[in-house]
Amino acid sequence: MDLLEYQGKQLFAKHGVAVPSGEVADTPDDAVAAAERIGYPVAVKAQVLIGGRGKAGGIKIAGDAEEARAHAEAIIGMDITGPHGEGPFRVDAVWIEGGSDIAEEYYASIILDRSEKKLLAMVSAKGGMDIEAVAAEDPDALIKRHIDPTTEFDAAAARPIVEAAGLAEDALDGAAEVLAKLAEVAASEDATLIEVNPLIVTKDRQVVALDSKVTIDGNALFRHEDLAEIADSAADDPQEAMAKEKGLTYVKLPGDIGILGNGAGLCMSTLDVVAQAGGAPANFLDAGGGSKAEAIVDALEVITSDPKVNAVLFNIFGGITRCDEVAKGIIEASQRIELKVPLVVRLDGTNSEEGLRLLNEAGIEGLEVEATMLGAAERVVQLATAQKGGEQ
Amino acid sequence: MSIVVGEDTKLVVSGLTGREGSFHGLRNRDYGTDLVAGVTPKKGGQDVDGVPIFDTIAEAVSEAGANTSMIFVPARFAAASINEAIDSGVQTVIAITEGIPVLDMLKTYWKAKEAGVRLVGPNCPGVLSPSKANVGIIPAQFFDQGAIGVVSKSGTLTYQIGNELKQAGLGNSSIVGIGGDPIVGSDFIDILTLFENDPETELIVMVGEIGGDAEERAADFIAESVSKPVVAYIAGFTAPPGKQMGHAGAIISGSSGTAQAKKDALEAKDVRVGTSPTETAQLAVETLNARA
Repeated sequence: MDLLEYQGKQLFAKHGVAVPSGEVADTPDDAVAAAERIGYPVAVKAQVLIGGRGKAGGIKIAGDAEEARAHAEAIIGMDITGPHGEGPFRVDAVWIEGGSDIAEEYYASIILDRSEKKLLAMVSAKGGMDIEAVAAEDPDALIKRHIDPTTEFDAAAARPIVEAAGLAEDALDGAAEVLAKLAEVAASEDATLIEVNPLIVTKDRQVVALDSKVTIDGNALFRHEDLAEIADSAADDPQEAMAKEKGLTYVKLPGDIGILGNGAGLCMSTLDVVAQAGGAPANFLDAGGGSKAEAIVDALEVITSDPKVNAVLFNIFGGITRCDEVAKGIIEASQRIELKVPLVVRLDGTNSEEGLRLLNEAGIEGLEVEATMLGAAERVVQLATAQKGGEQ
Repeated sequence: MSIVVGEDTKLVVSGLTGREGSFHGLRNRDYGTDLVAGVTPKKGGQDVDGVPIFDTIAEAVSEAGANTSMIFVPARFAAASINEAIDSGVQTVIAITEGIPVLDMLKTYWKAKEAGVRLVGPNCPGVLSPSKANVGIIPAQFFDQGAIGVVSKSGTLTYQIGNELKQAGLGNSSIVGIGGDPIVGSDFIDILTLFENDPETELIVMVGEIGGDAEERAADFIAESVSKPVVAYIAGFTAPPGKQMGHAGAIISGSSGTAQAKKDALEAKDVRVGTSPTETAQLAVETLNARA
């Protein structure tokens, strides 16, 4: 789960990392009121889960109330696309933050290094810009050090890293302390990524986190009540919210072919073969191992509630999942919800003969059975194309 | 021969008194796995369908001779159970549980390394060595004994490929689900090493997916250290960046961890990569027949 900038900063403040004062606002009126309380100049910053906000016009400085209102009006409601094509993300709120007197801009992060199975601390004197670009153009400017999982990572342990990065002499103590505290945030809040870019030194030589990017391990939310609340209130799109409520794993995609698979790997593979057949998947939905009839009803409901879906593919390979259970779920779903688009079903594996017999007997209108995964992918693409043609 | 589990496996299941644990544990026994014990704290002295229950894994080792532990306990207690297993004296720990906090696994990973205990998983379907032993939730009916080793991040995708191999008349030495979490006890490289040294294995099928760089590192390892042919499949070409695709580890971070990068890395080392599970099974059949 990714945190918004201000949520990450609140987490930093909780662990003693200095952050500028600020308030969150979701209307221009609230933004101006917050700016008046904080005092000008203020930064008006879009709260979206993606980098590159500045370039997209999502961060503006306001010198007075009029500017604060104009910037808030422009930023709230805008769509921002990430540097790697993520999103677009709609801006629902802005963070109004007191201006900082910036003397230096650095970079600091703590990330989980999956390859080395350790936390990795990274520090650079070249902050305030795209760190991937810094790493590509001037790799020596980005200092990377793994954190020994068996010993404590305190300011003394962090000090050689900030020294190696060549930060200003009088900022070394402060930066080392911040780095150690960021590692503490990671360990105690179950964060797998903490990035501060820029980590600034103010003119009065304070080390302050001017931005935050934090990813919390979704599997650890059971031991962080405050973060679990953020996860629950996070604005999802309607299908993602519906799926979450029903306990299904669903990811919205831009295409028009609804997909259900059992197991994450098979489901991803199903998206891929549909794309190879010339189609565009509308979603990823893993009904899970051991899917029962009820889960299938829920899944079909979520998939078909997306108005852009022109056809649906169910690709089931029953291992623990029993194909007769899946068939019962499909039959029940067809009785409970009106199926407005064609549905292609491929059932293979455990009890597939019984499942296919049940489907055949039910004679559901608009449902076709295909014997293979590739055949099913090709057929659903044909049907989606025909459905799209029929609409025009 | 086979790898990780086989005829010598003496299994203890943590969570055998639970619904899922008893279902799968007893299924494993029905398959022929030597299930010697179950473990549930405070339930020592009871039995599940004749299998004795102990309070601790260490007791299951000393009293019942267990050498392999399967973890089937809920996520929030699972890391502690794995740690208990590592300390208990078993040689192999297979963790099925999904949803363990990754920073807990980070500590557990190093604990297992230090103790020299082989950890497979978590968030994996387990290990099946056809005709010998099945530890986990892999449905054994789709796999015959044979010469193909399979190592995979995904369960159902593996069953799909295994079933196609079976229809082509081929079988498997062992099928190892390494799991879909960001940190797992055994990586592709660990299992490739075992298959390379396993006389029964003639060809290896490797099933990867988006996220991390385990496939890229495996590609380098295959070029340097694996003499047996390897055929690969990668899932997730259509996955958008920044979205977790079911498995906790299946996420493209920024521009890294894409399916294309993994495919390119493998092909650069002359590993053939199938475009679908079906084509991957066909490539395995072709490669094996060409050698015969």
